[in-house]
Amino acid sequence: MKKLLLTASLLASPAFAEGELKIYHWFEYIPQELVDKFQAETGITVTIDTYDSNESMLAALKAGKLGEYDVAVPGDYMVEIMGTEGLLDTFAPEDLANFANIDPKWVDVPFDPGRKSSIPYQWGSTGFSVNRDVYSGDIGSLSILFDPPAELQGKINVLDSQGEVLALGSFFLGIPQCSQDRAQLQALNDMLLNAKQHWASFGSDTAKDVLVSGDAAAGMIYNGFSAKARAEGANVEYAAPKEGYVVWMDNVVLLKDAPNRDNALKFMNFLLDPENSAAVTNYAAYSSGVTGVEAFLLDEIKNSPENNPPADQKGFFIQACDEETQKLYDAIWTNLKK
Amino acid sequence: MAGGDDSWRPLARPLLIPIWVVIGVFSLLPVLLMAVYSFLTKEFRGGVEWDFTLAAYDQFFVTRGLFGDEPAQIEWTYITIFWRSIWQALICTALCLLIGFPTAWFIATRPAQSRGIWLFLITIPYWVNLLIRTVSLKFLIRDNGPLNEGLMAIGLITEPLPLVNTNLAVQLGLFYSYLPFMVLPIYAAVERYNFALSEAAADLYASRWTTLREIVLPVVKPGMIAGCILVFVPALGAFLAPDLLGGAKTFMIGSLIDEQFKGSQGNWPFGAAASMILMTLVLIVLVFYARAASREGAA
Amino acid sequence: MKGVRHYPGFLSITVLCLTILYAPLIVIMVYSFNGSTSITQWGGLSLRWYGEVFTGPEASRFGQAAWNSITIALMASTAATIIATAAALAMVKGGRFRGRSASFALINLPLMVPEIVTAVASLIFFTTIGLTTGYGTILIAHITFCIPFAYLPLAARLEGIEATYEQAARDLYATRAQAFRLILLPLLAPGVASGWLLAFIISLDDFIITNFVKGAGMETLPTAIFGSVKQGIKPNIMAISTLMLAASVLFVTAAYLINRKGRQTP
Repeated sequence: MKKLLLTASLLASPAFAEGELKIYHWFEYIPQELVDKFQAETGITVTIDTYDSNESMLAALKAGKLGEYDVAVPGDYMVEIMGTEGLLDTFAPEDLANFANIDPKWVDVPFDPGRKSSIPYQWGSTGFSVNRDVYSGDIGSLSILFDPPAELQGKINVLDSQGEVLALGSFFLGIPQCSQDRAQLQALNDMLLNAKQHWASFGSDTAKDVLVSGDAAAGMIYNGFSAKARAEGANVEYAAPKEGYVVWMDNVVLLKDAPNRDNALKFMNFLLDPENSAAVTNYAAYSSGVTGVEAFLLDEIKNSPENNPPADQKGFFIQACDEETQKLYDAIWTNLKK
Repeated sequence: MAGGDDSWRPLARPLLIPIWVVIGVFSLLPVLLMAVYSFLTKEFRGGVEWDFTLAAYDQFFVTRGLFGDEPAQIEWTYITIFWRSIWQALICTALCLLIGFPTAWFIATRPAQSRGIWLFLITIPYWVNLLIRTVSLKFLIRDNGPLNEGLMAIGLITEPLPLVNTNLAVQLGLFYSYLPFMVLPIYAAVERYNFALSEAAADLYASRWTTLREIVLPVVKPGMIAGCILVFVPALGAFLAPDLLGGAKTFMIGSLIDEQFKGSQGNWPFGAAASMILMTLVLIVLVFYARAASREGAA
Repeated sequence: MKGVRHYPGFLSITVLCLTILYAPLIVIMVYSFNGSTSITQWGGLSLRWYGEVFTGPEASRFGQAAWNSITIALMASTAATIIATAAALAMVKGGRFRGRSASFALINLPLMVPEIVTAVASLIFFTTIGLTTGYGTILIAHITFCIPFAYLPLAARLEGIEATYEQAARDLYATRAQAFRLILLPLLAPGVASGWLLAFIISLDDFIITNFVKGAGMETLPTAIFGSVKQGIKPNIMAISTLMLAASVLFVTAAYLINRKGRQTP
């Protein structure tokens, strides 16, 4: 038995500490060909582990997985949280030869001013899509989700994600994010409880599948997911709600205690190359934060309606609330799913 | 029955050493750690501070309104969630018993050489991962899935049966997930049942069903109890299958706890406290079972 | 003879039971031969998804994951069955001794702890004692939670074996070891087999605990499959499932044939 365990632990420990890179990444968010290209160019062996939400990634890192991975790919607000939690390492712009490729508007971002720990990966939006075979009316408002027309009642899928649901709900009611105002929060709580009776399901990973399969006729969804649903044959239209939509950006961060810091930087630099960044965009159907990608983008991605919302629409980042306020939002969410 | 053999007595404790070590270190110790965690102060977004408090249990049982300034009242939110999970697990257990017992009996009464085949027929689906099985069940019963299309094609129904995202689908999924855990222990019990007892009862003009109730059930009861425990407990904590089939509109115990550790709420002490309460419930059920079993044994 | 064993309706219930168990799998098998990329439309018979399983971009990942899963399940269920057999002998045949009820509670502890709690508790525990998560920690966790699953059918079987058999053997001057090996063990064998099988399936199927105690880059089949399946079932997953099913049918048939051959030439 002892011998068995010993062998097992030997198997588990990396035999070659150099020439490795351990990525903690979202599921199906990087094309295998790109990973292969990186391995071929650098000779570094890449291992990818996946997670399904920013929060579960944070939880895993805080529960002791910090030091096992070199890079992770948190969303905007999560970069800020990880920074405050001390989970990130910093680098200098000179460490990345391609640093200048970052689109200037994505350098001084509020969640990591000056890009000291992160680089842009992809960005996109969260709104909703409607199956046009089922409903052909106006879809320019979030009321489709929160006060749906009869045709869509009982056929709506909502992301199983507190941040996005509460943010879109707040936009719909016109109240600020992280509000502490009693009347506003009560209104948000009541509105969501009332809207829930028209919802068929909560699901984030399944958001695309339910639209394609017809289980849902409308659904809160990420723009790239909606584009994929369309490509798979669903007659869905990604809406541009007048109240606003959620904008997000995923970022590659350098983790604290990264076992292969140098390789992590090589990887980040690799991703800042326009051709490589475009490969991710073509795969995930979102938008790159690197300049010069246009030449490498597929036309259907570059010109997709999902990636080119009307210029007069407003998108907002989800804000990370402070502890006291977050408690109120947690309570509303629990109340909604009780 | 078997306890009278003294030759095993001196060996009892040495034989138990491995199990004490393995479970003591890798199950009991982590659970104790968990119990300690439930009394710690939560750190914002996951993690704990080592200051002891009852805050987690307070959050579970007491509400002071959304803003915390109303008079204290009983918090029904979490009790509702728990009750729903318990109820579903109970129905699932009953369903598994209802279907599992006849199945196990049927298999155990086959000729010895074909029993193995029947048993494997029951277990083969479990070689395919639970998630795949659940998702394919969903695929089968969805509005435009093969079941509804088939039924409509033969004209049995005109509108698709709304199955997905219903409680029925959840029940079906739970039943589907845990059935063999009911069949296998009952099978083991029936297999060693001495059918001469039934024959004797039949000779005394007892009907088949009387024999089943009066003679068979008491003997195979340990197997049934084992089966019920094996089904009830995992069904109580299950949430992946219910979420997939039921639409995740409501928290289950499992998803509530998961949310505290992996979700946005990041409240480890509360997750630990909810786990402790869940374990207490399971413990009560087990004690109840154990007492019923020992009463049966004494009779 | 048939009379007392036969109950009307039990056959129909068994058939119903098997229908429910197999219907989704049969649908999956059929659709795994679908030539279309979409799972909702039929695009003619094709083997393309089977090709995908072995040569597709995910082939090596799934191959490694399957290997990890099977080796872990074999080792964990075997270790758990050995430990559980020893414990069952002590608990059932050891008479009354101090610590018996405590032992009973301890054996069943992994059952009382919800999977999700075991998962988090184990991870915290492993990190606290400084054990790097990986193959070893998965194996330890699996052995632990497999023990009660192996124990229950074993103990149920053992309780039904009357001491008189063994006693008779001892009366005929068999040593304790002989009585155990020649009398008790063969009688216990079905319990051991059913306990081992249950443990094996449990280990092979576990997702929640494994997901927490696996280290960087370590995957078992359920964790590898999880990511693919949770967005909705894909044709290549259907092909993998069909292959898994086919493998288990082969396994069963082989076991049956070997068993029969063993009986013919004793």
